[in-house]
Amino acid sequence: MSQQNQPEMLSGGAMLVRALHDEGVEYVYGYPGGAVLHIYDALFQQNDVKHVLVRHEQAATHMADAYARASGKAGVVLVTSGPGATNAVTGIATAYMDSIPMVVICGQVMSHLIGDDAFQETDMMGISRPIVKHNMSVRNPAEIPMMVKKAFYIAQSGRPGPVVLDIPKDMTIPSQKFPYDYPKDIKLRSYNPNAKGHPGQIKKALQTLLAAKKPVLYSGGGVILGRASDELTELARRLNLPVTNTLMGLGAYPASDPQFIGMLGMHGSFEANQVMHNADVIFAVGARFDDRVTNATKKFCPNATIIHIDIDPASISKTINAHIPIVGLVKPVLQEMLSQLDKLQGKAEGKLDQVALANWWNQINQWREVHGGRYQQRAELLMPQAVIEAVHRHTKGDAYVTSDVGQHQMFAAQYYKFDKPNRWINSGGLGTMGFGLPAAMGVKLHYPDAEVVCVTGEGSIQMNIQELSTCKQYGLGVKIINLNNGYLGMVKQWQDMNYDSRYSSSYMDSLPDFVKLAEAYGHVGIRVTTPEELEPALERAFALKDRLVFLDIHIDPKEHVYPMQVPGGAMNEMFLSKTERT
Amino acid sequence: MRHIIAVLLENESGALARVVGLFAQRGYNIDSLTVAATEDPTLSRLTLVTRGDDQVIEQITKQLHKLIEVVKLVDLSDNAHIERELMMVKVKASGDQREEVKRCADIFRAQIIDVSPTTYTIQVVGTSDKLEAFIQALCNTQILEVVRTGVSGISRGERSLAL
Ligand SMILES: Cc1ncc(C[n+]2csc(CCOP(=O)(O)OP(=O)(O)O)c2C)c(N)n1
Ligand SMILES: [Mg+2]
Repeated sequence: MSQQNQPEMLSGGAMLVRALHDEGVEYVYGYPGGAVLHIYDALFQQNDVKHVLVRHEQAATHMADAYARASGKAGVVLVTSGPGATNAVTGIATAYMDSIPMVVICGQVMSHLIGDDAFQETDMMGISRPIVKHNMSVRNPAEIPMMVKKAFYIAQSGRPGPVVLDIPKDMTIPSQKFPYDYPKDIKLRSYNPNAKGHPGQIKKALQTLLAAKKPVLYSGGGVILGRASDELTELARRLNLPVTNTLMGLGAYPASDPQFIGMLGMHGSFEANQVMHNADVIFAVGARFDDRVTNATKKFCPNATIIHIDIDPASISKTINAHIPIVGLVKPVLQEMLSQLDKLQGKAEGKLDQVALANWWNQINQWREVHGGRYQQRAELLMPQAVIEAVHRHTKGDAYVTSDVGQHQMFAAQYYKFDKPNRWINSGGLGTMGFGLPAAMGVKLHYPDAEVVCVTGEGSIQMNIQELSTCKQYGLGVKIINLNNGYLGMVKQWQDMNYDSRYSSSYMDSLPDFVKLAEAYGHVGIRVTTPEELEPALERAFALKDRLVFLDIHIDPKEHVYPMQVPGGAMNEMFLSKTERT
Repeated sequence: MRHIIAVLLENESGALARVVGLFAQRGYNIDSLTVAATEDPTLSRLTLVTRGDDQVIEQITKQLHKLIEVVKLVDLSDNAHIERELMMVKVKASGDQREEVKRCADIFRAQIIDVSPTTYTIQVVGTSDKLEAFIQALCNTQILEVVRTGVSGISRGERSLAL
């Protein structure tokens, strides 16, 4: 063997870092500690993989997660054992619930100490098991390259998800070196994620859609993750389908398109929920009939034939029975549908029921008039909806918008009309307050020229506010839109509706001065308390290109999010305002 | 409905915990669970007995399939199959009782595998129903201890669960 072909000898720590580089990883988000010091030293000795030091490990996970949501590639987290790992748990669960690819590297105490309740030992394999797609513990340093490859492969393929790699400290000792070779690809006999969809089922689905009189396309996060929004859009246009997106699926179909009928579900549009309820064919693509979508499953869409495309068979017929199930990645399945549709061009079987569809669209347009996203304007108080609309104008609808959890999240989802996929970044499944700011940071780091806006509330922002310090260190000029209603607004809304306005612990008393706080961290803070102040404040904020601007916007504290489905009802049973219901 | 699910699993540490964890996490029942390595030491085989309506069983098999280390699985109850369970029962046996217990064991084709002046230990093999019937049949005898392995299952005929 020539000198050249001899594999390089590297320590476990160096192999880990090199493997990340060979996997194409640019940034790792993390926080050091005893069990990962060898790895941190390996990071220090190279320049390919950059490390971003957060101020709390939860933020590292959300940064990695949001990077994945925006780019489609797995984000990488590095934390120490014990408290480092447990601090990452919320972020791992957040990614798991939304099927986000992520690789979380956790340090662990030395192998011989495992089980002894050693300093900073926690059973991270056990803790993370129910909230990961997979987890693995390194037993032999020589296997590190293969395990890194496997972690990325599992995290990014099929239905994506987080993978935890638990690495005992003695696996990374600098003096113990092993031949390094990064595998090009990997095959697992027990895991074969690339289903293309059964052509017969696809044909049946297409025939059903062509014959439909009241069809609807209901698409979810799977279309975003599966990068299939072009195919989805083309198919919807060719079949003249009304399109509704889930909270996770916003942007998959352009919101400004006339065929878009808004988000569906608990805070979905009146028309989307009506269309679903009255549909004769529901074409579900990469969506999972979550309880925040279906309302009471027993009353769900009584007349619909359900076609369901999903890569995860366990998502099909889990809560709602599918009549035409198609297990496959959404992109190839939609491509196959389009090519089958091409073949039917000009033939009788390829024709839509134009009369029925015209009637259906008539009906839909009438429903659009009923609520239409209206909200009360006030002269003296800013309405949260108006703020989101103004942010949309100032960013030309082209920003990456991250959010926290609460009323502000729903207003952002409803009023920032997303025309592109991967732009709306929120914690849909777990509903994690504290997600928004680190998520915005993860996006901004990778897309420094893009406008990145974090829509948050005075409750949520305080769950990871320490990250303002990280923003300063890395010059992350995100714009924070703090919709400050002085309440845990979503909690308050439920208490208004169900508990006679007894505000049990929903008041955020003793709030900090957010403007001064932003300034203390070295950023720009602007307070907005009246409607007139909004425009100039946004003007100034977005003109400050490279600066983090914290806009503390005082809004109507009493506003509720509407429409809102009536609990236990059918999809189309909704409250439309504080005084109207269907 | 009672179902017997056979699973081929990568014989790796933590894999079994994942299967058991899945049942706890999603609120599925486990009546019994047996596991051991197969002739191929890289694979272990589980037999799980569970209960649920068709929809629940469908979810159980799909969720099991999703576990990365699950290589293959089959619901044995879908087709003709054989199930066996082994039980050892220690009973009080002195005086007249000794003869009576022995007769009962013979009827069930059970074997007395350990004897002391005051006890018998009996081994019975069969379906879970048979083992229960045997316990019923011992109703006049004082049972000191019962240990059961849980069900193992295999399909009849040429059908087989292998790589
Ligand atoms: C970590 C976490 N804890 C609690 C909740 C429950 N929760 C949902 S919304 C909400 C209120 C959020 O308040 P704020 O951030 O001010 O947003 P607003 O609803 O006022 O817009 C709470 C407490 C949650 N989603 N996440
Ligand atoms: Mg609030």
